[in-house]
Amino acid sequence: MGGLSHYLEEQGLATTQISLIREHTERIKPPRALWVPFELGRPLGVPNDPAFQKRVLREALSLLEVPSGPILKDFPEDAPGPADLTGWACPINLSEAKAETQGETDAATGLFKEIALLGPWYDMAVEKRGRSTVGVSGMDFQQGAQFLAAFLQDESTASPRADLSVGEALKLASEDLKAFFLEAATARPGKSSSGELADWFWGETLAGKLLLALKSVCLQSSDPSIKILGTLLLVPRNQEHRTP
Amino acid sequence: MARLSDLNEASRVRLLNLECPGFETRPWVTGPPLHQRRVAIISTAGLHRRNDKPFTWGSKDYRVIPGDVSANELVMSHVSANFDRTGFQQDLNVIFPLDRLRELAVEKIIGSVADFHYSFMGATAPQDMEPACRTLAVLLKKDQADAILLVPV
Repeated sequence: MGGLSHYLEEQGLATTQISLIREHTERIKPPRALWVPFELGRPLGVPNDPAFQKRVLREALSLLEVPSGPILKDFPEDAPGPADLTGWACPINLSEAKAETQGETDAATGLFKEIALLGPWYDMAVEKRGRSTVGVSGMDFQQGAQFLAAFLQDESTASPRADLSVGEALKLASEDLKAFFLEAATARPGKSSSGELADWFWGETLAGKLLLALKSVCLQSSDPSIKILGTLLLVPRNQEHRTP
Repeated sequence: MARLSDLNEASRVRLLNLECPGFETRPWVTGPPLHQRRVAIISTAGLHRRNDKPFTWGSKDYRVIPGDVSANELVMSHVSANFDRTGFQQDLNVIFPLDRLRELAVEKIIGSVADFHYSFMGATAPQDMEPACRTLAVLLKKDQADAILLVPV
């Protein structure tokens, strides 16, 4: 991020930025940066808290009025945490999908059972938010999920999109799958931490298990665009300890 | 908690060892008071409209985000699996504060919001984005933007 700041300033544009990794900003030394103590993926701190977001934004913009630099300022507040400390629970019990598909060798069977169970919650989330982030793959969601399960069974499965390699299509379909599950899981009022949601997806759903299994398959691939999914892009580092 | 001490060992080591470009120069462009500035956002979250080409590993280019975009038009194809997306799923403004910027314009804290904003995909080395930044600078000036807010993910 700080590199872009240098490049744009050299073209005559004044910049200010939010910094998530202070150590990187210290090395790159962009003209103006506000370091925030928030988790990766949340540079404005917390969703659905306009007042807090606005304080972060105003602080970052105020650096444009500082007379000299480079300046690296620390934002003084931590992001507000979940108000309810009793812990988050998924609104729907997915054990039915696990029980019904016990011993089933086709990963698609359990996956689509979970998708069916979560469907009403996903619909509610879309209605409540007026938006969904599912759809980045450009495929119909069900088609993308089917592709992931099919590739797990048969690595010669072709990309459903002519303009994307198999590896690229797998990555985007996996993002749609995660977004569907996590949007459904956060449909009900009540706060949940990102860690709780990640542990639920990777630890308790058949969808998470499918992606963990896919990682193992990708690691064995001779196709670099597929292999990199296994090494870096499919499973978060803090969930790699799990087994399919 | 983007304090490195809060991350797991593998993530901490990877981020600490990530190569960062060094810069000899210390550019410092000034401008009018904040309440007269026209602000554009540049995100590195790999954001784009649904029908745009998704970002993929090594993407060096950018996508245009019109200032009147609705939140439901935007999706994310950043390649990394190692950051939270559930905040973005619940509220676009937690990564791309366009509504907050519009509010600051109404409150006359800033002068105006640019007509166009942009997104890169931040897993690419910044050096590889330099040519696109030069192109982008021309477009930002045409839009009369004189304050660029850079937002990582």
